[in-house]
Amino acid sequence: MEPSVLTLSRITKRFGALVANDAVSLDLARGEVLALLGENGAGKSTLVSILFGHYVADEGSITAFGAPLPGGDPAAALAARIGMVHQHFTLADNLTVLDNILIGTEPLWQPFSRRRAAHARVRETAGRFGLAVNTHARVGELSVGERQRVEILKALYRGARILILDEPTAVLTPQESRSLFATLRQLVTEGLSIIFISHKLDEVLAVSDRIAVLRNGRLVATRAARGTTKDELAELMVGRAVVMPTRERRAAGATVVAVSAVHARDARNHALLDGVDLTVAAGEIVAIAGVAGNGQQALAELLSGMLAPERGTVTLAGRALPAEPRAWIAARVARIPEDRQAVGVVGDLAVWENAISERLRTPAFTRAGFVRRAAGRVHAQEVVRRFDVRGSGIDVPARSLSGGNMQKLILGRALSVGEGATPALIVADQPTWGLDIGAVAYVHQCLLDAAGAGAAVLLISEDLDEIFALADRIGVMHHGRLSPLRPAEAWTLAAIGLAMAGTDGAAHAA
Amino acid sequence: MQVAAPFAAIVFTLIVCSLLVAWAGVPVGGAFLLLLEGGFGSGFALSETLTRATPLILTGLAVAVAFRAKLYNIGAEGQLYVGALAAVAVSGAGLPLPPALLFPLMAAAAMAAGALLLLGPALLKTRFHVDEVVTTLLLNFIALLFVSMMLDGPMKDPAALGWPQSVAIPAELELPKLAARSRVHSGLLIALSLAMLVWVVDRFTAFGFEMRAVGANARAAAFAGMPVRSVVVKTALLSGALAGLAGCIEVAGRAGYVTLDMSPGYGYSGIVVAMLAQLNPIAVVAAAIFIAGILVGADSMSRAIAVPTYIADVIVAASLIAMLVATMLARYRVHWH
Repeated sequence: MEPSVLTLSRITKRFGALVANDAVSLDLARGEVLALLGENGAGKSTLVSILFGHYVADEGSITAFGAPLPGGDPAAALAARIGMVHQHFTLADNLTVLDNILIGTEPLWQPFSRRRAAHARVRETAGRFGLAVNTHARVGELSVGERQRVEILKALYRGARILILDEPTAVLTPQESRSLFATLRQLVTEGLSIIFISHKLDEVLAVSDRIAVLRNGRLVATRAARGTTKDELAELMVGRAVVMPTRERRAAGATVVAVSAVHARDARNHALLDGVDLTVAAGEIVAIAGVAGNGQQALAELLSGMLAPERGTVTLAGRALPAEPRAWIAARVARIPEDRQAVGVVGDLAVWENAISERLRTPAFTRAGFVRRAAGRVHAQEVVRRFDVRGSGIDVPARSLSGGNMQKLILGRALSVGEGATPALIVADQPTWGLDIGAVAYVHQCLLDAAGAGAAVLLISEDLDEIFALADRIGVMHHGRLSPLRPAEAWTLAAIGLAMAGTDGAAHAA
Repeated sequence: MQVAAPFAAIVFTLIVCSLLVAWAGVPVGGAFLLLLEGGFGSGFALSETLTRATPLILTGLAVAVAFRAKLYNIGAEGQLYVGALAAVAVSGAGLPLPPALLFPLMAAAAMAAGALLLLGPALLKTRFHVDEVVTTLLLNFIALLFVSMMLDGPMKDPAALGWPQSVAIPAELELPKLAARSRVHSGLLIALSLAMLVWVVDRFTAFGFEMRAVGANARAAAFAGMPVRSVVVKTALLSGALAGLAGCIEVAGRAGYVTLDMSPGYGYSGIVVAMLAQLNPIAVVAAAIFIAGILVGADSMSRAIAVPTYIADVIVAASLIAMLVATMLARYRVHWH
């Protein structure tokens, strides 16, 4: 057994009544990749935030390389040779890679930047760890995978021997993920230790030596990667066995929505959609894969009445609709937005008010200008009951709901298109982002049931497991262009990855 | 926490102001007692306070309505003045109508004038993202200069010995007094019923729902199909109308004519009233009476002892700042490292 480089003992952190970390103890050995596995809200991020000095633990202590680590000070963590790669990069786009790495490493009163020596050191570090990157390129021009490499290089340049990566694969294509894993393996052979945070079981098994599972703030188990299985980890993570729903073959019906040669631009005249063609038929689930920021959100907005096409046509059941959400809602389009907190709900309004907000001005909920509060509350109770929204009732602000329950409320609102009616089209943009496995299974089941009942479903996701579990046909977006839609069976993971990176996936499709 | 915040703010304000009072060389307790007596201590004091509270309720409502929809209307002062001017213009137009019809017409003209003054900033905000804080604030000066021009020109009262003031409204259009030998007038009842009305609109109507939704999260409101721009513009019209009506009520209830000093900053004090009331239309009434009491009490106190009336402005200003801090502290907690 290699010597321990980092010891967390009985770390406890409370936020009010919530215990985010409950007496968590962990050991990290030299040359080891330790995965921190857990659902959203299990306390992974809190734990590493304490480790890196963003939070101060209420109880417990940390020892790094044999010395106690003072809490609440990122500089102390850096001095203890702990480096962190955040999920959202902390790089300045307008500076070069070299500048980004040197930022904060030179004293302010030093009259000239000692760039030449520093450059040599950066090159030497990059070479030793196999992190090829052009140090003179501006960060804004780099791909997401390259930026992540710069973040890692930055930490290594500062002498990090312990590297913490917070959900590093969330923004990567499968190929980029694989290249990241290779880098991590190389780092540990050089004697570094790595803490790898994730909620994806496959990659945790692929990259780590040991897996620590957190649930509700507690460390519930530590397993050697070699001696465990996906099913066991899922059960540890959720606390019970989870059965993920899967699709069955269905016969697709008539075309519900047709998008033809649509171009769209944002307010700054950047192209969002570049000649997109798409059809979704009744009873069919079409999934759109892609790295975030390649136009998927614009596509979702286009089909939610939030974005007008510059050119091209969009028809729903053969009819063109104006770019007004109300028209789309009235046409029985159930819309689940990507950002549930900023767009999905009005956090300050009560749960019941959010449950009726999309159909406020219909006779069901407004009479003579007055809100039919009783009817609204009955409807909200029904949504809460049918979609299992758990919280403190329908009168609390929607902001008090957890992410999963907020998403169930949005689903419930969107799918309740009126008395006895079912949705014609469901536009679900990242519907399971940040949800725990139980809630993910629930959302999947809802989408499958709706498709079974005849709805056309457009699913936009960055999670390829989700896409393969649900989709009948799959397309990939890159730089505002959509690849031809193919049956799910015709795609391989490799082909999707290439298409996500902008290489023509068609040539590789099986 | 939310309920305690305004009270904590007022206590903090009084502590700060007692330092100033002590600096002026006057016993603090005595000074505040005089202030309290002067504002609330007698029938006359109360009647004066309610007279002052009347326009403050209306400007407070105007600000509360706008702020709830995140439309930062700092222009209630200007809207009040153009409202007053419009009221006088209608009353002096010599329309052959009975007072029972002429008064509503006069009030409607005042409301329309106030609403129109805020329409520009609202459209600039919704169409071109122009900051309404800047436009409404600066429009106050333009409105005041416009009123000054009218009072020195076309609307000047020739009998006023050269003072810039408008012709008085006809006596039959004046609001009746509520009590003998006092200045409290039935405008107070109008203000109170409007506070109720605004509360009902806010809480029970679909438009009130939309105002709250747009104010809390415009993106989510738009996604849910609410016409965000139109809600903001309608809110602006309502807010401006309330402030404009304050001008009409002041003219018809108290002043009788328009002068350039008819409002001692009612429009700006309305911001303090609305904030102290945490934008709740019913609480606006209480906050307006409180602020009015301080203004009246400080006048009376300064007549008795050597504390300038400016202490009232300091109290009002300090309570606004204290209130802003208090609402923030009610939401967040300060951690000391």
